[in-house]
Amino acid sequence: MPYPADFKYAKSHEWVKPDGKNATIGITNYAQESLGDIVFVDLPKVGSEITAGKSFGSVESVKAVSDLYAPVSGTVTAVNDELAKSPENINKNAHGAWMLKIDVKNADELKALLSSADYEKFVAEEGGH
Amino acid sequence: MKHVTRKATRHVSQNEGLVFEKSSAGKAAWKLPPLDVPEVDTEKALGASGRKDLGNMPEVSEIEIIRHFTRLSTWNYAIDLGMYPLGSCTMKYNPRVNEVVARLDGLANGHPYQPEKISQGALRILKTLSECLVEITGMDAITLQPAAGAHGELTGLLMVRAHHHSKGHPRKKILIPDSAHGTNPATAATVGYAVENLKSNSQGMVDTAALAAQMNEDVAALMLTNPNTLGVFEQEIHKIADIMHAKGGLLYMDGANMNALVGKVRPGDFGVDLMHLNLHKTFSTPHGGGGPGSGPVAVKQFLEPFLPKPVVISKPNGTLGFDYSRPQSVGRVRAFYGNFGMFVRALAYIFANGPDGLRQTTEDAVLNANYIRKGLEGSYDLPYSTPSMHEVVFSDKLQAKKGVRTMDIAKRLIDYGFHPYTTAFPLIVPGALMIEPTESESKEEMDLFIEAMRSIAEEVTEDAQLVLDAPHSTRVSRLDEVAAARKPILRWKPQ
Amino acid sequence: MRYLPKSPADREAILKAIGARSIDDLFAPIPAEYRLNRDLQIPRQMAESEIVDWFRERSRENGDEYTSFLGAGAYLHYRPVIIDALISRGEFLTAYTPYQAEVSQGTLQSIFEFQTMISELTGMEVANASMYDGSTAATEAAMMAVRLTGRHSVVLARSIHPEYQEVLSTYAQHQGLGLTTVRFGDDGRIDLTQLQKAITPQTACVLIQSPNFFGTIEDHTALADIAHKSGAMLVVSIAEAISLGIVEPPRQADIVAMEAQSFGVPLGFGGPYCGVIATREQYVRQMPGRLVGQTTDRNGKRGFVLTLATREQHIRREKATSNICTNQALVALMVNIFMTVYGKVGLRELAKQNLAKAAYAAKEFSRHAKVLFTGAPRFNEFVVQTTTDPYDINNRLLEHKIVGGLPLKKFYPELGNAALWCCTEMTGRQSIDTAVRVAAEPTSASKSVPEADVEEVTR
Repeated sequence: MPYPADFKYAKSHEWVKPDGKNATIGITNYAQESLGDIVFVDLPKVGSEITAGKSFGSVESVKAVSDLYAPVSGTVTAVNDELAKSPENINKNAHGAWMLKIDVKNADELKALLSSADYEKFVAEEGGH
Repeated sequence: MKHVTRKATRHVSQNEGLVFEKSSAGKAAWKLPPLDVPEVDTEKALGASGRKDLGNMPEVSEIEIIRHFTRLSTWNYAIDLGMYPLGSCTMKYNPRVNEVVARLDGLANGHPYQPEKISQGALRILKTLSECLVEITGMDAITLQPAAGAHGELTGLLMVRAHHHSKGHPRKKILIPDSAHGTNPATAATVGYAVENLKSNSQGMVDTAALAAQMNEDVAALMLTNPNTLGVFEQEIHKIADIMHAKGGLLYMDGANMNALVGKVRPGDFGVDLMHLNLHKTFSTPHGGGGPGSGPVAVKQFLEPFLPKPVVISKPNGTLGFDYSRPQSVGRVRAFYGNFGMFVRALAYIFANGPDGLRQTTEDAVLNANYIRKGLEGSYDLPYSTPSMHEVVFSDKLQAKKGVRTMDIAKRLIDYGFHPYTTAFPLIVPGALMIEPTESESKEEMDLFIEAMRSIAEEVTEDAQLVLDAPHSTRVSRLDEVAAARKPILRWKPQ
Repeated sequence: MRYLPKSPADREAILKAIGARSIDDLFAPIPAEYRLNRDLQIPRQMAESEIVDWFRERSRENGDEYTSFLGAGAYLHYRPVIIDALISRGEFLTAYTPYQAEVSQGTLQSIFEFQTMISELTGMEVANASMYDGSTAATEAAMMAVRLTGRHSVVLARSIHPEYQEVLSTYAQHQGLGLTTVRFGDDGRIDLTQLQKAITPQTACVLIQSPNFFGTIEDHTALADIAHKSGAMLVVSIAEAISLGIVEPPRQADIVAMEAQSFGVPLGFGGPYCGVIATREQYVRQMPGRLVGQTTDRNGKRGFVLTLATREQHIRREKATSNICTNQALVALMVNIFMTVYGKVGLRELAKQNLAKAAYAAKEFSRHAKVLFTGAPRFNEFVVQTTTDPYDINNRLLEHKIVGGLPLKKFYPELGNAALWCCTEMTGRQSIDTAVRVAAEPTSASKSVPEADVEEVTR
């Protein structure tokens, strides 16, 4: 599956779609494949702060929990409530099932993230080991 | 089924719904004797605190209850039916004399607060069991209070904390090998310690160089399982203990694998400062579908002042009693004295064995694990060549080439009449098959197990789908755990 | 040894198959300096008859012919015989934890029924499969409230079982939790004015027991209001489960932590017992302990599985909701059978009998002594204050093969010569009348209190 070119990617498998001062965050298709059937997503409340590199929540499958790491810092402006009812949406369409919308604190942080081509390469290497 | 199993045959088993589905008003399984005191007007006595109705509680007759639970019981596997190859669980025979003595009136109906004068029986049981366990572990003192292994770990770490506090240097970290059982880090966190992972070496044992590098005066203790979860005895245990002690740290041992050691070696002799035991593993008390257990914690003398209170003492007049004046005690970890019913059972087990029986038991446990190891070598990948004690760990590496994983093999084993082994643990072996037969298995039962596992390995090469879709012969096939976690239904509700 | 299914020939055959000369080869990994070269110094191997004899002696030395008025968190109720008949079946007794659902449907379905009935009785929406006991259940419930609210202190009633309070204190120290204790009033209930003062924006929960240690029933509604107004949770601990047959459960509570021992679990000198936590569905992911959920198999057939396991230690490890692994499954099965036997009507009748017995006893005691806390309703326990020392009274009662109420001096010295008395459906009228009569006898001043009892007072 191609990784959208207008997204940026973290090595911890979250994607960011920048949109001016705002950004949308989710996890990649590689992540949902590794996790298997997702049963629950634990997300922060609107108004809370997330910090690049730090955990902002977690995603659960039946037998495992994985922390979600913020690719960039900011303030949460919206949370996708659909995921509370239908966490499987992430499995169906990881790049469409957004988790958070934030007010970006520091646009420079985006520079540290991978492009879709670089992410694809990274994932190919990781999957091969 | 492609291959025939000699251990089990399909059989018609009874269906049974939920008890609420049988309930109807007017049925009863109870009858109370007439009241010999005046009746009370509930309204007057309780007023607004009175309960109006008991909602959807069931109403059924006695025979329906007998059939209900009897039918349900026939859907379970059990030690009484055959081997459980579960690693680190020590599913051994649960002797029936244990059940009889636990039900003797004075013991079964003793109230924990009855005067010491009429509690000498219970106190003597506490004392005798304590002495036996101290001797078995090579330690100096013990508490029987913790309700299970994890509870024992908690109690142990509380004592570790109290010890360091008394030295004026409270420390912040606990070292835990990456092969450890999940309760170890969970317990450390509950007691307010930070957990630091200790990597295993290429033989699956503690990497003593890494340990030396990570050990400093901020580390309170190392939580070690020995033999470890691979079933391997830590041969450098002397060095491990020295590294810890040189910098004032303590060596805590998770006693889950004591079944490899009883009567042959004592943890107190190889440098352990404190450890917990699992009476429901090593000492034959029944698992009962998940509990109760009991997790006594044995300690060296220097930790004795920190034991939970009360402790059992001999009084000057020769009777036994409880001592509550223990100023350095970590406090209580539960009400009353512990899972007393399990003490009775464990002590009966020790009596039935004696020193020779316990030693023979341990030897047979190790003998059996090695027999199974020999029987399965070649059919399954053995990640570590180090000698096994009472359990052996294989991996699904060979079968994974055909897309078959440890859980699939485990499910197929059910069709052969066995309960699965422990899957996917320890974490250091990807796709682990952890097998511990215990001493309770005969050569015949083990041969059936080896035969079954070899047969499944063949099936993987001939018809992998058969294994992937297993089990085929159970009342329910693989259950949808995803749906159960996404939309949990945790109780019955009327329509 | 008779539990070991091997003949010497079997062992020989196995050693040969392994390629070992003797069993010593298999223990070679243990460094020689540690290998035990002697017998363990424990009693010699006993025949089954000897084992039974030894324990029978202990049973005789443990008051097996006494009538007891003790309660205080452990209650003597009649146990229907089918409980032991059923739980003694090997498929229940010797079964493992139901991680492999296809071969554990018996255990799983019975736990599902247990969860259902506990929910019904406690007025909560979900219940877990058990905790170790009431004391650790109350403690874990308080910690659950801390996690849910993000606040770090607990306000608790002094009228909670003193040993439960000790356990909470032991756990709380290492979690950085502040504990504030609120006194009880003359009616035995928690002092509401003091409670209001004690609650701060840092209070995660108000923890009470009802019926409390004195047998007094608290006002759940008022307490829930007070707690919730300050954004704190109400956690209610229940030690005498039979009360749920006739006392309205704390439906406004956020978490209920129960001791289910009264439901068919033997007194057993203090354990094993059966703790449970019940709560509202929205909090279930922070609830510790195993949970059984209903689902379907590949053919659409109903079945049961352990679920929401990501809360637990084997997955979440250091971030788990609790370190609990082994629980009280077999004991919970006893509770399950008991609740099924008595059911909707029986539990109520049983509770009514308990109420009646205790009411009668309290009335009789009040003729010669003072029964405290009469200003609020109570269930099957009550506190009697006498002019004579309760230890003295109890010594005289022992001569009648009666164990009197629990002297409260060591827990509540301010109550003076007070003792906690419990009557259940098992308490005969004659025993009550005898106890009341003996308690009313004047003490013989010349008799010195035996040494053993002096030590008990100073506990």
